Amino acid sequence: MLTAVISGFIFALLIPFILGRLQSKSSLWVALLPLSLFGYFLSRISLVQQDGPIKVSYEWVPSIGINLDFYLDGLSLLFVLLISGVGTLVFVYTAAYLKGHPYLNRFYAYLSLFMASMLGLVLSDNIYTLFLFWELTSISSFFLIGFNNDSEASRKSALTALAITGFGGLFLLAAMVGLGHITDAYTISAMAPIAEMIKGHSLYGWVLLFLFLAAFTKSAQFPFHFWLPGAMKAPTPVSTYLHSATMVKAGVYLLARFTPILGNHEWWNGTLIAVGAITMVYAAVHALFRIDLKGILAYSTISALGILVFLIGLGTEEALLAASVFILVHALYKATLFLVTGIIDHETGTRDVTQLSGLRKVLLPVGIAALLAAVSNAGIPPSFGFVGKDLIYGATLGMGDLAWLFTLLAILTNVALLVAGFIAGIKPFIGKLPERYAAVHLPSPAMYVPPLILGTLGMLYGLFPGLLEAGLVQPAVSSLIGTTPDFHLQLWHGFNLILLLSVVTIGSGTGLYFLLKPSEKLLGKASRFERFSPETLITGFTVGFGLLAKGWTRFFQNGYLRYYLITILGFLSLLLGYRLFVGVELYIDTGLLSEITFYEAIVLLIMGVAIFFTVFSNSRLVAVASLGVVGYSFCLIFLFYSAPDLAMTQFSIDTLTVILFVLVLYNLPKYLKLSDNRVRIRDGLLSLIFGALISILALEVMNESVTKETTAYYAENAYILGKGKNVVNVILVDFRGFDTMVEITVLAIAAIGVFGLLKLHLRSTEKE
Amino acid sequence: MEILLVIIIGLLYAAGIYMMLRRSLVKLIIGLILLGNGANLLIFLLGKIVKGEPPIIGSTEKMLGELYADPVPQALILTAIVISFGLQAFAIILIKRAYKVVKTDDLDEMNATDEDL
Repeated sequence: MLTAVISGFIFALLIPFILGRLQSKSSLWVALLPLSLFGYFLSRISLVQQDGPIKVSYEWVPSIGINLDFYLDGLSLLFVLLISGVGTLVFVYTAAYLKGHPYLNRFYAYLSLFMASMLGLVLSDNIYTLFLFWELTSISSFFLIGFNNDSEASRKSALTALAITGFGGLFLLAAMVGLGHITDAYTISAMAPIAEMIKGHSLYGWVLLFLFLAAFTKSAQFPFHFWLPGAMKAPTPVSTYLHSATMVKAGVYLLARFTPILGNHEWWNGTLIAVGAITMVYAAVHALFRIDLKGILAYSTISALGILVFLIGLGTEEALLAASVFILVHALYKATLFLVTGIIDHETGTRDVTQLSGLRKVLLPVGIAALLAAVSNAGIPPSFGFVGKDLIYGATLGMGDLAWLFTLLAILTNVALLVAGFIAGIKPFIGKLPERYAAVHLPSPAMYVPPLILGTLGMLYGLFPGLLEAGLVQPAVSSLIGTTPDFHLQLWHGFNLILLLSVVTIGSGTGLYFLLKPSEKLLGKASRFERFSPETLITGFTVGFGLLAKGWTRFFQNGYLRYYLITILGFLSLLLGYRLFVGVELYIDTGLLSEITFYEAIVLLIMGVAIFFTVFSNSRLVAVASLGVVGYSFCLIFLFYSAPDLAMTQFSIDTLTVILFVLVLYNLPKYLKLSDNRVRIRDGLLSLIFGALISILALEVMNESVTKETTAYYAENAYILGKGKNVVNVILVDFRGFDTMVEITVLAIAAIGVFGLLKLHLRSTEKE
Repeated sequence: MEILLVIIIGLLYAAGIYMMLRRSLVKLIIGLILLGNGANLLIFLLGKIVKGEPPIIGSTEKMLGELYADPVPQALILTAIVISFGLQAFAIILIKRAYKVVKTDDLDEMNATDEDL
């Protein structure tokens, strides 16, 4: 199983080189990878059916619980088959759709990367690798949405999608860390048996919140849904694969995966029902007002995802069964519709439904695929969609007191979805063919066969739902509810309430379809409400936040050294001053002080005067000379207090500095007084305050006793170990010899710099 | 005596910062030097000052006696003095060079790489 996951990553690495080398006309062979994966996972069906979930584990970073634990149960199986199956068709479709595109190799690399991440995600048992693969899908999705990177809208959509899903990813990590903390386990399968303990834990609410944020952002639930329509800027194969069939279902998968662990709690059910219901109705109604085919499909996808979240929220066995079936139903018809849209776009150059009609005359096989999908989407018998819709109504009707409300919402959504499906799947193909599309011709079979296959499957499974029952649906539901479910998928249930509801849905939907004519005007009306949409709010927030950050940065990074200094010192003074004021009792231990002698006092006095002249002199020469005096006074202080080495060093360095200064003085400008008195007083005050604080600090520190361990060690061992009598020297060249060597290196670099600056002759153009 | 030294340290810090807040590059360097000196003296003082007992082992002995000046701060300061010299030398030459090219030592006229600013 590791090979199955890893192969996609390796493939993604190699494919740009292979395709670049081959220069072959067709890249159909690339589809062999998803096809073989599909075959592999198909062969696992019977194994899972007989022996239960397959579990494999490879150690990665065992010390912190990060291992490559893979777990293939019914739910995972459903998803891996979808991913590899739809993947195969999308790979084939792409070969024709992007034929001759200069970056086709890159596209395949991203696509394989995505497929591998998605497989890893739904197979992961380890909560941290789950997060890892989750993030990988977001990242590969970013590259795919932004594939047309010369279009600004495309780049912007890619960023929005990454921001929203990446934001959710962080919450997923938080949720996983929380779960790991509660359970002390790192695998999902180990958490299921202790579900009750988790639900009783005080962190349960937080874990739930974070998990929901992750799932809702990924699966485009209200109010995070708006990245998905934007993501339609991607090439159509990407929209098909990522944004209808697989990636957006990752959030649904996450919720389904954690249903046995976190589910069946009022917070869980309540939130999911509310969010799912709002999303499904909101997006379904929105879909009616679009005129871009992909826009219609995007909103109807959001609505479908809402239905799935809603069903998981209901949480009953019927609801979970309906969810499992609907995942499959939706993937089949929505992928078909997307692929059809891609063909229409590719051949006619537009996706505007108000422009398109009569295409059946030129694109008949495509029209058949679209019709099959629209029928399944509408839930008209004998399609698979009919089976799915029956199950949904069955689930909502079984909800006791609120059954009528849930059923009503479901009907409303289904009616709107039906109309959207008809607009996208039927409308472009009926009616009169406009002149300008008369020359449209059928594309290569690689493009129209995949949607035909998917559309036909949607019909086949409707006629024979038993095909899927034992192999796919039953294991999937049983991994959701924990026991073996007892049900039979049927097309015909006899005359009952559910059938009546279906008839009502189909009837009113078809009626609405004939009443509603998609047009610019309608779109304009709908977009008037954009002002209140979450997208506008979040975009506004982003812009505002950017401005705030910019202002903040401008304020602090203003480019003036003195303001940086003032900020730092002012803050430091406040902090130090506050601490010294409240926390420290000021006192001076006179017993520790040494007496003042006359000659020392004189040196300090000289130093004080020299400092004064350094600061306030109007002549640079005086200032530099005074600086020299300060330095020489230092030599004397070092001499008085038993530091002959320091005195010598200070003396030579100071002499050199003064000489250097004097050497460059003559070609410097006049010593200008650049600031006015107000500024000088401000600076003076700040400096004095800071100086005073340092003095107080020094006084305080002197009261503390110092541990002299290091000193004692050097004092004892300087001669014994270092064979030197001058302890300071021994420390520098022996005990800390490496430091000194580095110091010499620094000096050497400075010397090279000085030399370079002196010898550098700028050309006249560079001088300016 | 320590009180006086502490006052001098405060004075050196204040003078150093005041100079660093000026707009002239030369003053900035002078400020840095003063500040560095202040810091050195602070470290020196915190090692407890001792008169007339340099950390040098007598010719007949194998280790330091009972009372001696702390060699560790001295080693630190020695390093600091030398490093700051490297900095000063480089900075002084850089000022000279920069003045030759841009004809100013006013920091406010040097805070952008673009000419038109």
